[in-house]
Order: sequence, then C-alpha cells, then structure tokens
Amino acid sequence: MPLNLRELSAKEDLLAPGHRLCAGCTESIVVRQVLLAIQEPVVVACATGCLEIGTSPFPFTSWRVPWIHVAFENAAAVISGVETAQRSLVRQGKLPDRPVRFLAFGGDGATYDIGLQWLSGALERGHHFTYICLNNEAYMNTGIQRSSATPRGGWTTTSPVGKVIPGKREPRKDITAIMAAHNIPYVAQATPHGWKDLMTKVRKAVAVDGPSFINVLSPCTRGWRHELDEGIELSKLAVDTCIWPLFEVESGVWKLSHRPSRKKPILEWIKSQGRFSHLLRPENQHLVEELQVEVDHDWEKLLRRCDAGGPL
Amino acid sequence: MTQTRVMKDTLATSPRVVALNGASLVAEAIRQTDPDVVAAYPITPQTILMEAFSQMVADGRVRTELVTVESEHAAMSVLIGACAAGARVQSATSGAGLAFMWELLWCASGMRLPIVMHLVSRSLSAPLNILGDHSDVMGARDTGWVQLFAEDGQEAYDNALQAVRIAEHPEVLLPVMSAQDGFSISHSVERAEVLPDELVRSFIGTYAPAHSLLDIERPATFGANDDRQFFALHKRQQYEAMERALGVVSAVGQEYGDLTGRSYGLLEAYRLKDAELAVVLMGSAAGAARAAVDKLRAARVPAGLLKLRLYRPFPAAAVAQALAGKRAVAALDRSAIFGAQGGALFLDVCSALATHGAAPRMLSYVYGLGGRDTVPSHVEQVFRDLEAVAREEPALPAQRFLGLD
Ligand SMILES: Cc1ncc(C[n+]2csc(CCOP(=O)(O)OP(=O)(O)O)c2C)c(N)n1
Repeated sequence: MPLNLRELSAKEDLLAPGHRLCAGCTESIVVRQVLLAIQEPVVVACATGCLEIGTSPFPFTSWRVPWIHVAFENAAAVISGVETAQRSLVRQGKLPDRPVRFLAFGGDGATYDIGLQWLSGALERGHHFTYICLNNEAYMNTGIQRSSATPRGGWTTTSPVGKVIPGKREPRKDITAIMAAHNIPYVAQATPHGWKDLMTKVRKAVAVDGPSFINVLSPCTRGWRHELDEGIELSKLAVDTCIWPLFEVESGVWKLSHRPSRKKPILEWIKSQGRFSHLLRPENQHLVEELQVEVDHDWEKLLRRCDAGGPL
Repeated sequence: MTQTRVMKDTLATSPRVVALNGASLVAEAIRQTDPDVVAAYPITPQTILMEAFSQMVADGRVRTELVTVESEHAAMSVLIGACAAGARVQSATSGAGLAFMWELLWCASGMRLPIVMHLVSRSLSAPLNILGDHSDVMGARDTGWVQLFAEDGQEAYDNALQAVRIAEHPEVLLPVMSAQDGFSISHSVERAEVLPDELVRSFIGTYAPAHSLLDIERPATFGANDDRQFFALHKRQQYEAMERALGVVSAVGQEYGDLTGRSYGLLEAYRLKDAELAVVLMGSAAGAARAAVDKLRAARVPAGLLKLRLYRPFPAAAVAQALAGKRAVAALDRSAIFGAQGGALFLDVCSALATHGAAPRMLSYVYGLGGRDTVPSHVEQVFRDLEAVAREEPALPAQRFLGLD
C-alpha cells in the first residue's frame, strides 16, 4: 500500500477512539501513524506511562491488536519474550509461519532512564522488534517530573524554577546515538508533523532483520505548557530550530532526513512553551545563549556524521 | 556409544538410576519437559544448573529457545512476554536474582501466567554470602506464587516435573516456584531415579492456553490497569485460585505416585502420630531432623517430625490435623524476620493451630543462615527445649537461633 492520504484514510485505525489521553496529546497521533504504516499483523508491548494508562482502563481497551503491559522499565524485554515465543513455536511447527511485527512503546522515562538496561540487552540479543520512544521530555504520567530527556533549562516539577536554580541544569542524554552505537540495523528520529517521514521510517524499521529504534518527539500540552492545538506545529518548530533534527542511521550510515531551509533561532522554541518562560527573564539571557551554542554544536556534529556536504 | 544405545532401549519403559547433584537433576527435568522458552541469568548456586541446561541446548537435545538475558529482571520479563504469547516457559535463579525479580513476581501471578521457576535457594546480602538459606524464597512468599520445597535431589526433580502440571492446571493458572536448598542439595551428588522421556512427555501433556498474544485474529489486552472497583475483585480471584492449588497439588502428587511409585502430598509426617513433641521444617534439614527423632525415640522421648512440601498455599488444615494433640511444637525457619515473634513458617504454623483450635506450646528457631550447618544434635537440642516447655518450665526467648544460643 502506498503511503498516501487516500489509501491511509481507508485503513482501519488500530487504536480505537475513546481513549483517555489528554486533549491535545500527540502520543496517540504517533501511535496511530505507526500502526497505519505497518502492513503486517503486529503485537504491541507498552511500558507503564501515559499511553498505557490512557488506553487500557479495565474493562476497556483501545487496542485492536494484541497488546501487553507488564511494568515501567521492561517493555523491550517483554516484547523480546513475545518475539522469542513466536520464533520457538513456529520452528517447532506449533504455530503457522507468517510475518508478525513486534513493537514496543515507551516514554522517554521508560527509555532513557529506568528501562535503558532492558532495551540495551534486547538490542544486543538481536531480537526482531521495533522500539518506539514517545519522547515528551519528562515523566508526564506521574505529573511532569524531569527525565534525562528533559532539555537543559526546562521547568518540571522536580526541576522547578526557584530563587537560585533556573530549571533543569543538565543537558539531554543523546539516546538516539546510544542506540545507534549498538550497531543495530535501523535507528531514526522523527516527529508527528512529518507523518510521511515517520511512516516511511516505521516501514523501514519493521522490515529490517533485527532490532530497530525510532525516537519520536511527542509534544505534551500539560508538561510543555502550550495550547491544545499547538502540538503538531511545535513538533515542526523543533525540527526547524534543529533542536530535534530528523535523521536515520541505516546499517551504520547516518543520513539527514530533512535540512531546514532556514535554521530558526532557539529563542523561537523557548518562546513557544511555558516550561521555558523563565528563560526570557533578563537574568537568564546567558542561558538562552548557551542553549543556542549547544544546539549549534549538536547540529554541526550531526551534519559531520551525515557527511552532508552537498544539498539534501 | 554402545552405552547410550543400551540406555535408549530401556528408556521407554523403566526409570534410569543416576548419581547426580540436585542442580543437574533439575536441568534434566527441564530438558525432559522441553519448554518453548527458557530465560535465565547466572548467579551462584544456580549457575551449574543453567550451565548444564545450556549444554543441552547447544547439543540440540531440546527444542527450547534459550534467552541469555542481561539480568534476572529481564529473565522474568522475557518469560512473562513469552508465556502470554502461549509458550511454555521456565527459568532458574537464586538469592539476589529472585530479589531482583520481585516486582515482576507479582506481575506474573497477577496476570495468571503458569511460569515455572526453579529456585536454588541462597541467602540475601548484606553481608554478602553465596550459601544456602531460605531468605530468598521467604521474600517471595506473598507474591502469589505456588511454592514447593524439596528435601533432596530426587524431590527437586519430582517437584520440577509436577510444577508444570500444577501451574498449567485450568483451576490454578499460577506461577510455581520449585525450591531446592543451595549447595546442600544443588551441589550434592545423590542416587536418584530419572523417568523415561516418554513418560514425562505424557505426564505433562501439551500446553494449550485459552488466550495468547500470538492469536492475531482474536486480539487480547494483557495487563490492563484496574481502578478501585476492579482491583480487589481480581485479587480475590487470584486468592481463590491459590486455594484451589491445594487440591491440585495433592491430585498431581498422587497421579505422579501412581506413575512412579513416589507419591507426594502437601506434607510428610515422620513418627508423628504418637509423638507429643514435634518439629516442623522444610527442605534439606529434614534428614538431620529424622536422625534426631530416631535417636530420641530410642531413648523413649516422644519426638516426631512434620516436613512441609508445599508452603504456598499454606496447607493450614493439614498442618493443624497433623499437629493435633501435641504438647509442644517447634517451627524451624531457615530465614529470619527481623522484629517479628518468630520465622515465617513459625507464624504460619501458629495461625494454623490457633484457627483450628489447638494450643500446644510453641517455639521458634532460626537455623542454617548463610549455609551454616545443621546437624542432628542441633535438632535434639530443640526436642530437649520442647520437653522443658511441655513441663511448663519458664518460657524461652521468642526467637531462638539454633546452634548459636
Ligand atoms: C519501578 C517503577 N518506578 C516508578 C514508577 C512510576 N511511574 C509510572 S509511569 C512513570 C513516568 C512515565 O514517564 P515516561 O516514561 O516519560 O512516559 P510518559 O508518561 O511521559 O508518556 C513513573 C515515574 C513505576 N510505575 N514503576
């Protein structure tokens, strides 16, 4: 099936409406795009977090595909067990051999922090599954606490803005590069506004023979302090300011997916969300400048990695 | 070569007599049950069990997919995923490994997944100590797993096979932990009988779960979240399944006896019927206790032993019945509950007796911590203490430490 809106709109949504995610949440948008992109049957494992809580309140479920949740940190290990069961049962002739795609969803807390060991182990073992990080840059389900994905300077309830400390002091962990360093066949970054880019990446990810990882920036109206209808625009702004570049790493080869025609200043990003409002105070001016230096440095590093000398 | 051919010919009909340690016997049981997925992580004293099984995988003697995970927590995560996907799954661990799994032990039982885990029991740090005691098992006693204890390698092997049947029984559908004492069983070579593969295969049958993640046409949601309306209802269902396990453990033990000549109940009484003084315990110390009972009986002391095979669900009625009319009873725990009035087994025995209207004098002993030896003379001391309290002599401290006091 080609990736065009006419074909896609005719396909059944595998995440049913009526779930309990917040109005304006982009996690469900990402999940629906992911499920629409995949053409084979899928089994999903979900880490504890907003998506899990919002879609599985007993006796209801939003999932029209087989789905499992066990705990916060171990979705990658759980899906590796499901995938192993499939391999074992098919090899023994106990199940018919047909292509099934195995997916795990985890928030940034589940992925960058508490679940990193389980994810790393599952990648190293080479299970055939795709891990998708729904990165809203904090622990949102438990009330907007900082994670190692929270950007420097960001306000959260555990990195609050106080009289002496202006929000989170540490920079983000570069988890996508850490995933790429596992030398798995496919790693990418994406956003929900670039639906075609995201869905193409999902198709590539599930097609490779081995583990794959996609880090999807997922704006959160509650945590980022923006209007309900701004999530998609913000995900575009993240790409245009180069704070969230779109790229993929296919068999170790880094490739930029999109180069903004004009790189927007980080100040536009900061101005767009309440979690950064304190950075606009005069005494925090230097923090904005430092953030710009950081973004520029990371962007240059990425360009070097992608060896993107010519036009893309 | 000739030897293996001869063995193969006799396999189908009669048991094989072997000299193996407990760990190897359970590795053999895992091979014979041929699980679809095994996931495990090394920890002493479980290591030799998984090394033996890994060799069986490497030699193509099983059809199992072995997942060599990066931690015990991941091992249990893999098994939960695989079991929910319709696979028959097993693992083995010890001490800190079981403690690391603790969060997921509740997930496995709450999701009603018939996972089988072989435990080679070990103490918990600190201080670090790799030797046997029951701290790990007792740390998991409230996690909703059926818990079986073995006295020797033969029982560990027999329990391992029965665990599959108990877990998968439609009236139960709960995970089962089959424990053997670290080193004293796992590393001790004993004579044992191993069943023919065919007999094991027919005894455990095939596994056909009602729901599976790989049933693509009937998508099911596993591990939904409950609000206050449903959570307690689900937990009561789980409690009731655990109670039904009592009958299933008995029935499976009986059926196993019909096949092998080794019947198993919930507990085993030794010279207990006419005893006035009784010791209750679980695991490998039963041997020392039997020797003590025999010696005291020869000296006309009315001593008897009650060995529990099943600890969870706790066979309260059977325990109360076995101990009815005794004058004094001592429970021997191979783990301590700091600040409690006795060990876990002691508290369970007390509550069983109290709720069934019996009131013997009760003593609690902690023994064998961190691999400390327990010999017949220690148990004889327990019986002498029981004699004293039965004569209404001054009460002893609530918690005694066997061999240390
Ligand atoms: C072992 C453990 N520690 C902590 C928690 C509490 N907890 C549940 S969800 C969550 C945060 C989830 O954050 P994230 O992974 O970023 O996903 P989000 O909800 O933001 O989508 C936390 C801290 C837990 N369930 N389990």
